Amino acid sequence: MPLIDPNVVDLSRLQFALTALYHFLFVPLTLGLTIMLAAMETVYVITGKQVYKDMTHFWGKLFGINFAIGVATGLTMEFEFGTNWSMYSHFVGDVFGTPLAIEGLMAFFMESTFVGLMFFGWDRLSKQAHLAVTYLVALGSNLSALWILVANGFMQNPQGASFDPNTMRMQFNDFAALVFSPDAQAKFVHTSIAGFVAGAMFVMGISAYYLLRGRHREFAARSFRMAALFGLISTLAVVTLGDALGRLDQQVQPTKIAAMEGIWHTTTPPAAPWLITALPNDATQSNSMEIGIPYVLTPLVTHTFDQPVLGLVDIEQANVPRVDNGIKALIALQQYGATHSAASLATFKQYENDMGYGFLAQRYAPNQDVNLITPALLPSVEQQAVLSSIPNVFVTFWSFRVMMALGFYFVTIFAFAAYYSLKNQLEKHPMLLKLCMWSIPLPVLATEFGWVTAEAGRQPWTVFGWLPTFQSASSHDVGYMIFSLAGFALLYSAFIAAELYLMFKFARLGPEDHGAAAHHAPANASIATPIFATPGYANKSWE
Amino acid sequence: MEIYIALKVLWAVLLGVLLTGLAVMVGMDMGVGVLLRLVGKTDGERRTMLNIIGPHWDGNQVWFILGGGAIFAAFPTLYATSFSIFYVVMILLLFSMIMRPVAFEYRSKVDSTKWRDTWDWAFLISGALPMIVYGAAFGNVLEGVGYHYSWTGQYYQDESFLSYLLNPFAVMCGVMSLSLAVYQGGAMLMLRGEEPIYSRARTYARLGAVVAAVIFAVGGVWVSFMNGYVFTGTVDPGMAATPLGGPAVAAKAGAWLNNFHSYPILWLAPAIGFIGMIVGAVALQLHMKIVGWWLGVLSWIGTISTVGIAMFPFLMPSSSVPAESLTVWNSTGSAYNLGWMTFFAVVFVPAILSYTSWCFYVMRGKVKVADVVNNPHSY
Repeated sequence: MPLIDPNVVDLSRLQFALTALYHFLFVPLTLGLTIMLAAMETVYVITGKQVYKDMTHFWGKLFGINFAIGVATGLTMEFEFGTNWSMYSHFVGDVFGTPLAIEGLMAFFMESTFVGLMFFGWDRLSKQAHLAVTYLVALGSNLSALWILVANGFMQNPQGASFDPNTMRMQFNDFAALVFSPDAQAKFVHTSIAGFVAGAMFVMGISAYYLLRGRHREFAARSFRMAALFGLISTLAVVTLGDALGRLDQQVQPTKIAAMEGIWHTTTPPAAPWLITALPNDATQSNSMEIGIPYVLTPLVTHTFDQPVLGLVDIEQANVPRVDNGIKALIALQQYGATHSAASLATFKQYENDMGYGFLAQRYAPNQDVNLITPALLPSVEQQAVLSSIPNVFVTFWSFRVMMALGFYFVTIFAFAAYYSLKNQLEKHPMLLKLCMWSIPLPVLATEFGWVTAEAGRQPWTVFGWLPTFQSASSHDVGYMIFSLAGFALLYSAFIAAELYLMFKFARLGPEDHGAAAHHAPANASIATPIFATPGYANKSWE
Repeated sequence: MEIYIALKVLWAVLLGVLLTGLAVMVGMDMGVGVLLRLVGKTDGERRTMLNIIGPHWDGNQVWFILGGGAIFAAFPTLYATSFSIFYVVMILLLFSMIMRPVAFEYRSKVDSTKWRDTWDWAFLISGALPMIVYGAAFGNVLEGVGYHYSWTGQYYQDESFLSYLLNPFAVMCGVMSLSLAVYQGGAMLMLRGEEPIYSRARTYARLGAVVAAVIFAVGGVWVSFMNGYVFTGTVDPGMAATPLGGPAVAAKAGAWLNNFHSYPILWLAPAIGFIGMIVGAVALQLHMKIVGWWLGVLSWIGTISTVGIAMFPFLMPSSSVPAESLTVWNSTGSAYNLGWMTFFAVVFVPAILSYTSWCFYVMRGKVKVADVVNNPHSY
């Protein structure tokens, strides 16, 4: 069986990465803003203060602009496994498709059905009923994230299923193991709360913009304070959970941890340095320009002083026997498929857990057929296969560092923002306000780097240890891929342009005018429109 | 084993339910999108039309997403193979589908004719194209699709995508699906729209129902002459889910009518479809709009179950290597997985139907042009 054209694999990876990263430009804000909208509306229902209703309306409108693209680009994700990763879908659909289906049934239906009422139901529902609807939207969007990350958790640490040689795929056999996979759970909380940070920074940054211009003072100050406190708690939680996630990965994906930390050779605890910066070279398997702090790495990664952190070169060499076993497993599996003989099944079962490494070797076998690997060729196949069994260190190392640096920056900025907001001294610190404003895109950026760390660090696998990425794609022509990539590029560029245009437009217009501006005022509506000219404000028609 | 067979059949039925839910709810919104410029002559009318489905389109669209997810989980190999085989068509479908959420949210937020016209065209494309693709997919599957598998389960395509695009029978099925969508969307516009939207929508909805009925009849005759697929080897419905090493399959003219010949009661399915379309057109003529809308649902139920019954147990026959055809017996998930999926479906589908109905109830009543134009929350 020939392998899929490597160009098609690369283009499929490019397309998946771009469409997924693009989708995730909008997801964090959805996760965070729904929670904040629920909080604002709760305060409104309890206190009855109009300003909190205005807040719910205004941030709700910006949420809507963001949500639409989030939904639209999410469609792509649900279909792309099938359109571009057929072997992957066949191989794990029985266990990976399930959380996606449950996500639709349990979460996405709820979120999307009630979001309609959240926008359109203000004058048709009682205050309490509308609040309940907003809660359901927030719950739905976060439950969505849960099931998506349960699915992703399976790619990272495939538990809850086992390979069935009769159907040639992983078959679901343990619901609890799948759902309560520590990797999935830690990642879910880490990712959701990262979304809260993004929502908090968004609200805080735009509020800072109004404070800097002295507009909508009460509205902005209240929004700012809520966002700063919510953001501070969330960033602390994100950092803590990120640390927990790192510990988990050390056990289930040592290659990822080693790549994140740029470790080629197994460390000698406890003095091993934590690298602040380095230039990992994947070709020579070494770092240059290392600057590190001694005694930090061991406790940071292992939470002990005596455990070593495995280095990539050592992991590679430890994989040599796994490649040998994997080749035997694949040959036996192919025989079993043709003959269904008990002997081939027994041989396969013996080497089953290393099957994925046999797939890695297939790429380097003559005619890409593992049956043709002669004893003379074996050492070279082994070496090439193990060299391909680790992720790209440069990408993983640096995307992790950018994410982490941003995380600590967020802790700092939210701490200052919360402090001055509580002391009512914000307007004395225009630099801080400006910084808040300019920081709006940073949490989203940090999330993107987080995904790159997690998914580039998972390579060369789509299902860790079982199915290599280059085996997972659909067998398309390059022409198909160019067609779809060009279309996505065109469409997604137009979307982001429209999104940013509207986002800036409505953020600049500010809260009082949002009702009128959307539907009466021309695009260049002046912010000086008197309040009474706005129908929503004049007769409170939305109540 | 017997439980596994029951689960396989149950999920074949649920696949039908899902495809029907998708056709009814998404189809209705698509129909409104297609009619946007035909029925809505002024900007106010068009906005009113959008606001009729405004509170619901997002929830409705989840049928489409759930369709993807449920086929992925319950029929992994079918999902993997069909979505890849129809790549170019699926991507076109995706491109048009992803325009819609953005079009709804963004169209009326800028007061410029050019901006709004552009989004109106996006509504037309994103309404018509997916429904044509949806119907054409049924057409292509009925005719058989060229593919086979390697020993690992990777599919290989044996014909060009052009044969799916430029295929008269499939295109005809696509037009039928579009017609039913126009019928359903038009009926919804009658339910919640006032004059002049009401009368114009009524004209197009009736036209949609009649065209669909005609194509359904022509399609029935066509199918009785074209190749269907039958097992010629021994079938074990409890078999492991793999397209490899299964019983022999042969293509035979008229074979898609076998199930109807064996169990004449099944002719009820196409009969229900015809009743839905023809009585539906009459009901709309008589201004019975609620009855008309529900007869639209019946049309979809009749049409989709007719296709399902004709093909059962085949899901997507392979025209190049018929023995590797995907069937209900060889392409479902494992028994364990189908068990959990059934549990979640039993718990959540009734919940979804209830809260969706509640949302329609809350938003009931006529949508007036003046209200839409003055409401800060409308699209």
